[in-house]
Amino acid sequence: MTEGSRLYRLFWRLPLIVWQGAFFVVPVLFLAAMTFWLVKNYRMEPDFVLTNWEKVLGRGVFWDAYWLTLFRATLAGILASLIAFPAAYTLAFRSSESARRFALFCLIVPFFTSFLVRAYAWQVILAEGGPINAVLGGLGLGPFAMLNSGFGAMVGYLTLVLPLVVIFQTWSLSAIDRNLIEAAWNLGASPRRTLFRVILPAARTGIFVGAIFAFILTFGDFVNPFYLGGSKPPTLSILIIDTTKSGQQWPRAAVVSMMMILTLFATTAAALRAAYRGRG
Amino acid sequence: MKAGDILGRAYLAALFCFVFAPIAASVVFSFNSDRFPTLPLGHFTTEWYARAFSRPELWQAIANSLMVAGCTAVLSTFIGFATAYTDFRYGFRFKQAYLALALLPPTMPLVILGLAMLAWLSNLGISGTLLGIIIAHTVLATPFAMAICRLRLSQMDPTLEVAAWNLGAGPWAAMRHVILPFCAPAILSALCLTAAVSFDEFIVAWFVSGLNRTVPVMILEILQGNVDPQINAIGTVVFLTSMSLVIAAQFLIFRRRSHD
Repeated sequence: MTEGSRLYRLFWRLPLIVWQGAFFVVPVLFLAAMTFWLVKNYRMEPDFVLTNWEKVLGRGVFWDAYWLTLFRATLAGILASLIAFPAAYTLAFRSSESARRFALFCLIVPFFTSFLVRAYAWQVILAEGGPINAVLGGLGLGPFAMLNSGFGAMVGYLTLVLPLVVIFQTWSLSAIDRNLIEAAWNLGASPRRTLFRVILPAARTGIFVGAIFAFILTFGDFVNPFYLGGSKPPTLSILIIDTTKSGQQWPRAAVVSMMMILTLFATTAAALRAAYRGRG
Repeated sequence: MKAGDILGRAYLAALFCFVFAPIAASVVFSFNSDRFPTLPLGHFTTEWYARAFSRPELWQAIANSLMVAGCTAVLSTFIGFATAYTDFRYGFRFKQAYLALALLPPTMPLVILGLAMLAWLSNLGISGTLLGIIIAHTVLATPFAMAICRLRLSQMDPTLEVAAWNLGAGPWAAMRHVILPFCAPAILSALCLTAAVSFDEFIVAWFVSGLNRTVPVMILEILQGNVDPQINAIGTVVFLTSMSLVIAAQFLIFRRRSHD
């Protein structure tokens, strides 16, 4: 190994380590350390006290937010997976290669476009005097209060996560060996039995990964619960923002953050284990 | 065509309508005269555009956004390419950890990343500056750049580079004459995509921006006031910008792939 090629190797390897180390790993560790700091007279002092943990975990508001966030994220993961499946099935088995590619291309686009503006659009569409209630009113129904509720937040969550879930499911369904399905047919399995005994088990990994992504995105999102869900009761991310913006209570916001990170780790690990169970 | 197929297509169309409804609605509302749009729509107007774009702070925000997106694109594409190349070329101890470092940031909730960045950058004394936003956005965008470049490299025959070495080219020359030309479309595509990621991101930017607002942070602050259709006008322009970037990025990848 010459000196020149060692320099070459390090030139390509180090940028990631330096950048993500200094601006991703260190900030998160810093946040973790901050949970033990002392806040005195509106100033933070490096220390090692458990006050922040006790104050946050000892309050009902935190646990209400925690269970609400967990419940909504789980529900969004399940709903998105169920709603996405027929679409992914159609794309994987009933569409031409070019149609599938075009559809997936379209589904990637919204992921990179502001969902803040999308949330605002839903705010207008779902409003008491908005287009949907106008149509329903023409049919003699409503008006329904759809905003500032769990329903409003869920509409926003689904807009955010459905494209991704459809993409993951389509990938894993397209990867299934067609011979397997034909074999099931030839052996006389009914369509329902083929679906449950052949297709779903074979596509399990993609379905789980889609659901996990939906869970992660919903769990951390603050735009939809804030603008469509009415922010009362708050979710964990709203709690973090309120705590951060109201003066020097950063250490308490950091405690909430750590609880979120731990929950995400635990859930993702459990779900991934389920997804790859028996696969080696 | 079988009944099941028609049902499937209809379902797919309904799902696409749901996903794209808010995007279409905000474009329509941006040209609609009603402050609180409903059906039937009001008359056509460009008033909201005129009002939004006569605000000097919007132009300042656009300049900030372009600056941040440009720097983020260059930085994250460089780091992303370097990482993809390292993964493609070398095996080493702790490679799993290295790759986890490369792909982990998008799984972190943005609110937490925003808070962590705010705390850390304040500690370094650079919170509230555009540099702070660029640093944070580069962390977020690098995994996307890495994924695109890695995808392209996986289509390359690894012996090509070795052949260049055997023919007497140094590693730098082989990089310059073999690898970079092969990866050029992926690199351009990564530049577009990372710029789009940065151009849209507002949560982390909101935490660390201070008074130097980018366009989406400005939208967020207008939203915290009253309902204002100017948002639709600004939003439509932002949509068009990031959609063009994403479409350009995909076009660059797909065009080349169909050639070889």
